Amino acid sequence: MSTAVLERPQAHSASEAAINCRVSKIFYGKFLAVRDSDVLIEKGKITGFIGPSGCGKSTVLRSLNRMNDLIKGFRLEGEVDFLGQDIYAKGVDPVVVRRHIGMVFQQPNPFSMSIYDNVAFGLKLNRYKGDIEEKVEHALRRAALWDEVKDKLKASGLSLSGGQQQRLCIARAVATQPAVLLMDEPCSALDPIATRRVEELMLELKDDYTIALVTHNMQQARRVADVTAFFSVDISRGGRTGYLVEMGQTDQIFEDPHEQLTKEYIRGDFS
Amino acid sequence: MMAKAAKIQDRRQSRPAPSKKFNLRRNVLELRSLRNVFLTAGACLVAALGAVPLISVLYMLVVKGGARLNLELFTELPPAGFEQGGGIGNAIQGTLATVAIASAISIPIAILAAIYLAEFRPEGPTSALARFLSKVLTGFPSILAGVFVYAAVVLLMGGYSALAGGVALAVLMLPTVTLTAEGAMRMVPQRMKDAAIGMGCTKTQVVWHVTLPTALPSIVTGVILAVARVAGESAPLLFTALFSNYWLRSVREPTASLSILIYNFSSMPFENQIELAWAASLVLVLIVLTFNILSRFIGRPQV
Ligand SMILES: Nc1ncnc2c1ncn2[C@@H]1O[C@H](COP(=O)(O)OP(=O)(O)O)[C@@H](O)[C@H]1O
Ligand SMILES: [Mg+2]
Repeated sequence: MSTAVLERPQAHSASEAAINCRVSKIFYGKFLAVRDSDVLIEKGKITGFIGPSGCGKSTVLRSLNRMNDLIKGFRLEGEVDFLGQDIYAKGVDPVVVRRHIGMVFQQPNPFSMSIYDNVAFGLKLNRYKGDIEEKVEHALRRAALWDEVKDKLKASGLSLSGGQQQRLCIARAVATQPAVLLMDEPCSALDPIATRRVEELMLELKDDYTIALVTHNMQQARRVADVTAFFSVDISRGGRTGYLVEMGQTDQIFEDPHEQLTKEYIRGDFS
Repeated sequence: MMAKAAKIQDRRQSRPAPSKKFNLRRNVLELRSLRNVFLTAGACLVAALGAVPLISVLYMLVVKGGARLNLELFTELPPAGFEQGGGIGNAIQGTLATVAIASAISIPIAILAAIYLAEFRPEGPTSALARFLSKVLTGFPSILAGVFVYAAVVLLMGGYSALAGGVALAVLMLPTVTLTAEGAMRMVPQRMKDAAIGMGCTKTQVVWHVTLPTALPSIVTGVILAVARVAGESAPLLFTALFSNYWLRSVREPTASLSILIYNFSSMPFENQIELAWAASLVLVLIVLTFNILSRFIGRPQV
């Protein structure tokens, strides 16, 4: 992989929306965690979510494929439009939503089964009729893991290093070719070299996938995101409620932010 | 390299004389040291004492029962009164059969119960009650399980049977297997379950494809230990499977079992029967030991 890949991505003009998320309120029980956040995830781009911790980045991200449904007391007001359908509409099956909008978590979480079975998991789940072996190889190549594991596909996924495990999780997620890939701080548990590899991978995957990436690391957003959404916490009204401050092309957010708050955060005045 | 080594050497030689203020040497007569020696010796002694009964029982079994450990023991029926020779074949068969019946009944129920407790309704009054009752039932006197099954099965079926024996043992296995299976499933990291949910698994698919397979080694360990425990039970079988001098042909008939055979034969005034009781004890211990060793191999963490 050449270093050219890691050059800051070009700013594109607005294109088609994969997910148009219009959250007016997200509650955990009585606690208002996020308010007024309209986030547009464009097709074929990487959208980075940045902001101080506790500002609701993960909450918003996990709302995009209804992962939050599992949390007791979770309630969302607003709508999340996925290719023309509100995923929170009545009659929508969250299980089906998650098959189209995949997720990579903060902690690498391979299943306690072989590398091969990890990647084949989603294919079998979807009763994929074609050549599973070929798909597994393709996904592992896509995740830049094939060369490292091709001789030990039967080994447990848990026997890999942290960075390899995370790439295995990415391979597992892309094997079923979801329309959108949500990644919640996928590098926070990895060392710098593994982080670099995963970042390269995200840039490669961009050609075929739409990615939403939460990162605590501003530099990472700068390196890989086309579009950046900056969230912050509003403590003025008593609680600690997160909200979207501004969103725009990554260049614009980092070099010429509209909001004073964004400017201060980018400068490193608070974190 | 050479220069560096020389330097280290140099520094060693030029070490100052040891300070008088800090004496780092060990003083054996100090109270702290004495107490340490004393306690270590005491712990070793007690550990050895604990092993004495186990080792002496094993020794006795090998010495007294080893002589009859031959093919005849496994293939022949028990002898009558003054008869010579004979074996305990039907008792081994009966023990294996009742344990198999008990497993077939209790394992599916226990695992389903554990899935409910661990995955579907971990909190909630039903689970709290089920968990509490299971814990009570683990300490349940085994003879009462026999009495219960006598009333519930034997009287209903109109006679003693291997099936009733299996049900009695199942009652004893159920709580232990349920609780260990629940524990094993709770040990499966939440993030693995999250991964499955994130891939679009239904709750049932998460349990079936992730939780159960991941917990399986520990569940199997729990099952094997429960089996090993009930294989040696005699009290619950007294009221249910009774005994038989013949091979078991149907689960609706009474059956012999190793534990009851040991109980019966050890109190007989015949040398031959007493020898067989020893041999049966040895076989029973070997079966239980095999199960225990098996559980150690299967229960290893699979990374
Ligand atoms: N499962 C939960 N239950 C209750 N409150 C939660 C839960 N998860 C997150 N929160 C709260 O929601 C707010 C936003 O959290 P989160 O989305 O994790 O922030 P971020 O990812 O930006 O650090 C925080 O105040 C956090 O305490
Ligand atoms: Mg987070």
